[in-house]
Amino acid sequence: MITLGHGSGGLLTNKLLESGVFDLLKNPLLDTHHDGAVFEMPGRLAFSTDSYVVSPIFFPGGNIGELAVNGTVNDLAMCGAAARYLSLAFILEEGLTMREFWDVLVSIKFAAEHAGVQIVTGDTKVVERGKGDKIFINTTGIGQVHPRANIAMGNIQPGDKIICSGYIATHGIVILSVREGLEFGTTLLSDTTNLNHTVLHLLDDFGPDITLLRDATRGGVATVLNEIARDTRLGVEIHQKALKVYEEVDGACEMLGLDPLYVANEGVFLAVVRPDAAEAFLQKLRTLEHGADAEIIGEVVDAHPKQVVLHSRVGGRRVVNMLAGEQLPRIC
Amino acid sequence: MKFLNEYRDPHLVEQYTQEIRRVVTRPWKIMEVCGGQTHGLVKNGLLQLLPPEVTMVHGPGCPVCVTPLHLIDKAVWLASRPGVALCSFGDMIRVPGSRRSLLEAKALGADVRILYSPLEAVKIAQENPDKEVVFFAVGFETTAPANAMSVLHAKKLGVKNYSILTSHVLVPPAIEAVMSDPETAIDGFLAAGHVCAIMGISEYYPIAEKYQVPIVITGFEPVDLLQGILMTIRQLENGEHRVENQYSRVVLPDGNPAARNIIGQAFDTTDREWRGIGSIPGSGWELRTEFSDFDANKKFNVPLEKAPESSVCIAGQVLKGIKKPFECPEFGKKCTPSNPLGAPMVSSEGACAAYYHFSSLIA
Repeated sequence: MITLGHGSGGLLTNKLLESGVFDLLKNPLLDTHHDGAVFEMPGRLAFSTDSYVVSPIFFPGGNIGELAVNGTVNDLAMCGAAARYLSLAFILEEGLTMREFWDVLVSIKFAAEHAGVQIVTGDTKVVERGKGDKIFINTTGIGQVHPRANIAMGNIQPGDKIICSGYIATHGIVILSVREGLEFGTTLLSDTTNLNHTVLHLLDDFGPDITLLRDATRGGVATVLNEIARDTRLGVEIHQKALKVYEEVDGACEMLGLDPLYVANEGVFLAVVRPDAAEAFLQKLRTLEHGADAEIIGEVVDAHPKQVVLHSRVGGRRVVNMLAGEQLPRIC
Repeated sequence: MKFLNEYRDPHLVEQYTQEIRRVVTRPWKIMEVCGGQTHGLVKNGLLQLLPPEVTMVHGPGCPVCVTPLHLIDKAVWLASRPGVALCSFGDMIRVPGSRRSLLEAKALGADVRILYSPLEAVKIAQENPDKEVVFFAVGFETTAPANAMSVLHAKKLGVKNYSILTSHVLVPPAIEAVMSDPETAIDGFLAAGHVCAIMGISEYYPIAEKYQVPIVITGFEPVDLLQGILMTIRQLENGEHRVENQYSRVVLPDGNPAARNIIGQAFDTTDREWRGIGSIPGSGWELRTEFSDFDANKKFNVPLEKAPESSVCIAGQVLKGIKKPFECPEFGKKCTPSNPLGAPMVSSEGACAAYYHFSSLIA
């Protein structure tokens, strides 16, 4: 069991690191056991950080460990970069079992291997019971930007197509279903995954035709679309019938009073692509890992600047706003 | 999803909107009573599909909107007491009280929990005998059976640390309040389907007769809503004022007698204050005296003065359909969903929030 001593920097900390962490995540830079990693990297670099506080830490389809690796790898991928090195910092709550900690570590190892990224520096702190929620993780990553990438909000133009890489709202509903004790007829799994390989293949082929990449994590697809509309001062139109939601997810949203557009994803990204390249991009994406269910869901327009308008399945239209706060279930 | 997709069929929606356009000859103002219906109209973009003759007025059937300010203050005060766990339905926790919302109280350390059912709150009370668990029991006839059941259940189990802070409101007196206001000009009503699923439809016959107004009990999906609107317009165009049941797949004429029996065991009718509207006689339910031990209003002595409502908010006129949200001077200016001055801006079912999300759409 993790105790305060494991974060003291003394013998217990050393034992924890020696007995496994270093061994498990082994690579030449980490093996130096120095205060930091020293390396050279040529070219344009991307740098990103994120903290992970998900509860419960184990959920169907994954755990907080792989989430922490994939999340930062994906943030770099959305910058058009191939993640090379990650830092890994834990804040552990006293009382976390060793078994839980190792399970998280092992999935970090596999997620890093799958993404082709090395964990080169890290930190472990322990807080008193009640001051944390089992385990918090921060990862920071650095990666080289693809030579053909030119991703920036400012490049977006009216007419650009918006492509969504897959089924939406799954991760958020999986987490909520564990919290609320909901059960589904089939096994619904979180979509947490690394998107870097897929994105780099797309950049190989489409380079500057891709004006923006964004993973639709917290706040869901609606939040990303609103950010595009707000920052470009252009309008965004989307078509409800092009948005894919698993039936179980849709049903859970219906029951819980949530809108899938605002529910978190961990393995779904939106791409804004020049109109003449959009169809080829879509076809290519569908052949890649995690892209089989991609669809063109909408486009950037001159009309209604700074607003996202949804064409509903039944032919109506409505504005999709930024959420004021957390999405809360309605009373009735 | 079965029983949902059928009522979201684009082809049927198109047919109903065409039929509405064909039938309507004059301007009509129709009030959808229930916030869930407002939500359905807005979420599916149905308002733009209606011909210009048809004006939908968003009614007072939004529990979040009509719960009085001082009751929210009471909930915040209770939640902030050590040893109290205040449980609530989701969207209630963002409603601003006179000083703060439950969400802000939670950030300051209050034990506020979002639940989907009051029975979960009874379970929390059982598992935490050292805590006073209070369920914020707001809502219309729809949430009443579960709230009543939680009290009956707690009494049966001998759970002493459970109570409800109740402010139940009823639809028929609200419709009467809207109709008896000389300023309102509502021509017809879509009555709230899920309320009638509990209560049945007999309460609406005398209202339709007294005010000579058609009342169509209506569901919440696009096809339901358009069919309800069509049925109302057909009556209006024919000069009729009957009670009709569009939502017959859910609403039986006699409602749900078992649920009403539970309500009857736990609740008595009382006068109730509606936020923005004022007191309406016989418009609410309170716990019967034999359940006083479970009535948070009686169990806790809350030393709070009644705070005044915002002086600029015109929520009352909006809820009665006298004014449209955008006729308020602060609409979209000082009053927005992230900083609501009045309750109809808070919930996505609230008339002001619905308009805020929708009216800025350039047609």
